Amino acid sequence: MAKITYIEHDGTEHVIDVKSGLSVMEGAVKNNIPGIDADCGGACACATCHVYVDEAWLDVAGWRSATEVAMLDFAEEVEENSRLSCQIKVTDALNGLVARMPQSQR
Amino acid sequence: MMKVLILGAGHAGGTAAALLRQYGHAGPITLVGEEPIPPYQRPPLSKAWLKGEADADSLALKPLEFYAEHGIDFRPGVRAVQLKRSDKVVLLSDGGALSYDILIIATGARAIALPIPGADLPGVMALRTAADAEQLKAAVGPGKTLAVVGGGYIGLEVAASGRALGAEVVVLEREERLLARVARNALSDFFRSYHEAHGVSFELGCSVVAFEGEGRVTGVRLASGQVIACDAVVVGVGAAPNDEIAADAGLETARGIVVDLDARTSDAAIFAIGDVAHRPMPIYERMFRMESVPNALEQAKQAAAAITGRPRPAGECPWQWSDQYDLKLQIAGYPFDADQIVLRGDPATAKFAVFHLKGDQLQAVEAINAPPEFMMGKQLILNRKPVDKTRLADPTISMKEVAA
Repeated sequence: MAKITYIEHDGTEHVIDVKSGLSVMEGAVKNNIPGIDADCGGACACATCHVYVDEAWLDVAGWRSATEVAMLDFAEEVEENSRLSCQIKVTDALNGLVARMPQSQR
Repeated sequence: MMKVLILGAGHAGGTAAALLRQYGHAGPITLVGEEPIPPYQRPPLSKAWLKGEADADSLALKPLEFYAEHGIDFRPGVRAVQLKRSDKVVLLSDGGALSYDILIIATGARAIALPIPGADLPGVMALRTAADAEQLKAAVGPGKTLAVVGGGYIGLEVAASGRALGAEVVVLEREERLLARVARNALSDFFRSYHEAHGVSFELGCSVVAFEGEGRVTGVRLASGQVIACDAVVVGVGAAPNDEIAADAGLETARGIVVDLDARTSDAAIFAIGDVAHRPMPIYERMFRMESVPNALEQAKQAAAAITGRPRPAGECPWQWSDQYDLKLQIAGYPFDADQIVLRGDPATAKFAVFHLKGDQLQAVEAINAPPEFMMGKQLILNRKPVDKTRLADPTISMKEVAA
């Protein structure tokens, strides 16, 4: 279990307990948090679950796969700390994670 | 307060209910579904779920508690049988009736059954619902032979998952090539050889005339007289919209319920979304019916926005995906009136894309393990920008440069 703070593009915060084993995307979708559409359900095929992960968490969140890098390359408003949240598996170590959403996802 | 009734608890109906709350609709919402479980994702049924890589919890769009917590009256195991528009009432299969101010029809599509002897034998299955998938999973494994009727995406995904589960798989296709309805090109040949390399066998250009067996299917009889022995059959030959309830009530239908850009039907109080809707697609200047999750989500957004007075979502480029073995297929657009095909990359490397153009406009792209081609292709289809075919065919020029 990890407490994750999802922050919408307009600053609205949602603090959610997410079960280990789910993805950061699933934690948002199953709790009806706006801004993470995840059209493809986690197949890394659509780039509609883009989030910014606070710097301190980048290493803990793990590395991007080649597919994720390629998908992100064509997403909007991509930054150094951009991730596709469907590709981040929740573990206890992610307790406290902050994930912000880009302006384009609302 | 406006009372919203949603018929059909699939991806479209479930998403519409959740979005209505997200968009601030405070009135009652009732979600009626024929299946016993809350809305779930169907795509993994032929892929990750079938292979045992995803469980039932992860399939659910939202946990069951979500509906009660958000004041959504979810009624499983019930089907709408009649729509009485003059009274704004829907009659249900359990004898009950529900009234509405706004109705959303999201009844989806059903798998087409083959009208041949033996079609109702145990072991002959469709793959549409979680229950279908449970039955299929129980029937395949090492030492079993699975016959797949239909070489479309569902058939090929099932074939790949069947192999992953250790079954022998034979795919039977009426046309001379795979994916005949959707891919008229190098892609068919590529998929055939990739599946063959993974041990799937094919009977192309064959006509299935009967399923044979005593009490359970044991073989598929072809028009040639040949009988293919098997332990189970999956029939994946297309789907038909569940639009009868709308047609009977006098709503305009055309192989699907006709809707406008807000997903509204010919009755202003009634919307239709997802697989059941025959909808306008401005980038192609035509109307058609789509069977895909992105389409279901887009139309759920359109209807929820119209109902809550939000602006209509920006126009989209339709897309879909398929996973088979280690292949990620991403498709954007539809190849309407395409007059030229451009191949980018080498199919032998299992990383390439097939572009369909009409003049110098991109209509569709099928990308295998090629996310840049898919992502940029999708944008080019949407913004209708002319494309230089020579540059497009040259993989040494990046997709960003091609589109620049």
